[in-house]
Amino acid sequence: MESEKFQVDLGNLMAFDPAHHFESIPSSREELTKACLEKGTELVQAIANVLFALPSTEDRDGPIVRLPQPTTKLPREKHFPKPKPPTKWELFAKTKGIKPRKKGKRAFDEQTGAWKRLHGYDRVNDDKDIPIIEAKLTDEPGEDPFSKRKAEKKKRVEKQEKNRLGNLKQAAKAGALPSHIQLAATALPITGTRTDVPRKSSKEELENVAGMAATATASGGKFDRKLSGEKPLKHAGKHRKFLPVVEGKGMSSQEQKQTAKILEQLMSRSSNDILDVKKARYSIHAVTIFNVKKEKKRKMEKDRERSSTASKLKPKKQSLKKSSKKH
Amino acid sequence: MLKIKTPKTQRAKRALDNRAPKIVENAKKTLILHGTKTSGVVNAVLMQIYHMKRDNAVKYTKKNENIRPFESGGETSLEFFSLKTDCSLFVFGSHSKKRPNNLVLGRMFDHHIYDLVEVGVDNFKSTETFGYDKKLTPRIGSKPFFAFIGEGFESVEELKQLKEVLLDLFRGEVVENLNLAGIDHVFVCTAVSPTTVFFTHCALRLKKSGTLVPRMELVEVGPSMDLVIRRHRLPNDSVKKEATKTTSDQPKKKIKNVSSDIVQGKIGRIYIPDQKAGSIPLSNDIKGLKRERREAKKSKRAQETGENEAKKQKTCSDDHKLIGN
Repeated sequence: MESEKFQVDLGNLMAFDPAHHFESIPSSREELTKACLEKGTELVQAIANVLFALPSTEDRDGPIVRLPQPTTKLPREKHFPKPKPPTKWELFAKTKGIKPRKKGKRAFDEQTGAWKRLHGYDRVNDDKDIPIIEAKLTDEPGEDPFSKRKAEKKKRVEKQEKNRLGNLKQAAKAGALPSHIQLAATALPITGTRTDVPRKSSKEELENVAGMAATATASGGKFDRKLSGEKPLKHAGKHRKFLPVVEGKGMSSQEQKQTAKILEQLMSRSSNDILDVKKARYSIHAVTIFNVKKEKKRKMEKDRERSSTASKLKPKKQSLKKSSKKH
Repeated sequence: MLKIKTPKTQRAKRALDNRAPKIVENAKKTLILHGTKTSGVVNAVLMQIYHMKRDNAVKYTKKNENIRPFESGGETSLEFFSLKTDCSLFVFGSHSKKRPNNLVLGRMFDHHIYDLVEVGVDNFKSTETFGYDKKLTPRIGSKPFFAFIGEGFESVEELKQLKEVLLDLFRGEVVENLNLAGIDHVFVCTAVSPTTVFFTHCALRLKKSGTLVPRMELVEVGPSMDLVIRRHRLPNDSVKKEATKTTSDQPKKKIKNVSSDIVQGKIGRIYIPDQKAGSIPLSNDIKGLKRERREAKKSKRAQETGENEAKKQKTCSDDHKLIGN
């Protein structure tokens, strides 16, 4: 008996004999059943041995034994419940460090001078208990303060409902909607609302569409048959202009114009005659710094020029630049 | 626009909460149904299984022609029924020329098919054919024993799966406390060959033996059949991982006022109500003093209180006089 070790799962009251194998399958059915029952008896006895050895408590129906957890892992029938995401209020309370307060069951109602419950029938601070509302200076004549109170309460309730719906939507997104709540769509999205209808394209856009579509063709729409009134693509072909590498002499060279343009823009930023009074206070300081830096840079460049041997090869524009700066 | 639908009665709410996913789950319910064509054997088997699992099984009587568990589209109906009846086990019986006396045993996870085992039933003997002492009849709902014999249950994949499915199907509720007087029956499964399992159901008779442990005697009671493995489907790896997940920390019970320290070990907190040491009236009986002095003090105190009372009465009477005037 000791040699035959069964795998006993006490939580499931199961015994498994892995070592047994039939040498020859019994010829008749009865023999098979007999052999199986014999083996079965052995296994059941083994379980019972362990079972009755457990500490038992006496009950009126019989001895009760505490079973251990089953060892064979069987799959669950449903997934684990997911933790629900914190609500809007919970997040706010966490950041502010607000802890929930314990309220008593009854509260003292100032209006009626009695102890009443907090919510429900005959509650504390009920609107219908207020007989008189004193008029304030800010109140307009002809306005009913009672109905105003009612309207405010209604608004508050609606806001709360909206927040609650938002919280539930968040929970549903995380897959943690409470089991007794279902979110149902009440209506289909209305056709013709702002998000539904595409924006009407302007005349210019429509005119440019053909040109834009033409770029899809291999030849860039050059050989497409055009309708009357159709405009070609605006920036056909090149989109960048590069200056020629070698250009002729003269003051009106393109590169000079380009650099002059950039300079002018920079100068206008740093010029000392500032028209805006507000900016003057703050910008003068910045401008002086900028000018000082520029001066330093110029000095550096001058030194470099003097030291460099290839000064002859440098274009004359250098001197022209300096003169323009001195303005 | 979304609307929040909540149950209007507490009973409905409790029913919904019962069906919700929980950490500790309910006992699995079984759905028993059949396909377009069944044989006498299949009908008998389904009926017997239903009777054995009366408390937590649902048996459908209609023919379901669009349920084909092994085909990709043929399981939608099954999943729908599982959702509606909250059953995660099912037994689907059918009969055809190619697959005679066919039973498909399946499990669901989240109401989607988890795994399937298809078995053919051979040599079926129903409960009625067995002659036994009626007193030994196992009661419905008692926890059964299981005996699995044969190395096939460990080595052959299909038999391993069948073992799991049979265990799941017949084990009933997972209980913590077991009444030893209620041990009734045992399921004996023998792996006769790598493809067949001899399945039988016996009642248990506990006989007196010399020791505390009674001697077990098996009496064949219930249906006995040969299960021939046909097809099977194992669960997806990801789904299997999800389904076999367990929480490591089971006891979530918070024990109040107990904390543990690395240095000192277990620390408890005791709350004592406010003693109000200042307002406790001191006793007149001062034991320290000798008897005469004690008694003198007592009488003195009594005199003082008597005077005070007299004074009070006086003032009261004065008031009365004033009022009278």
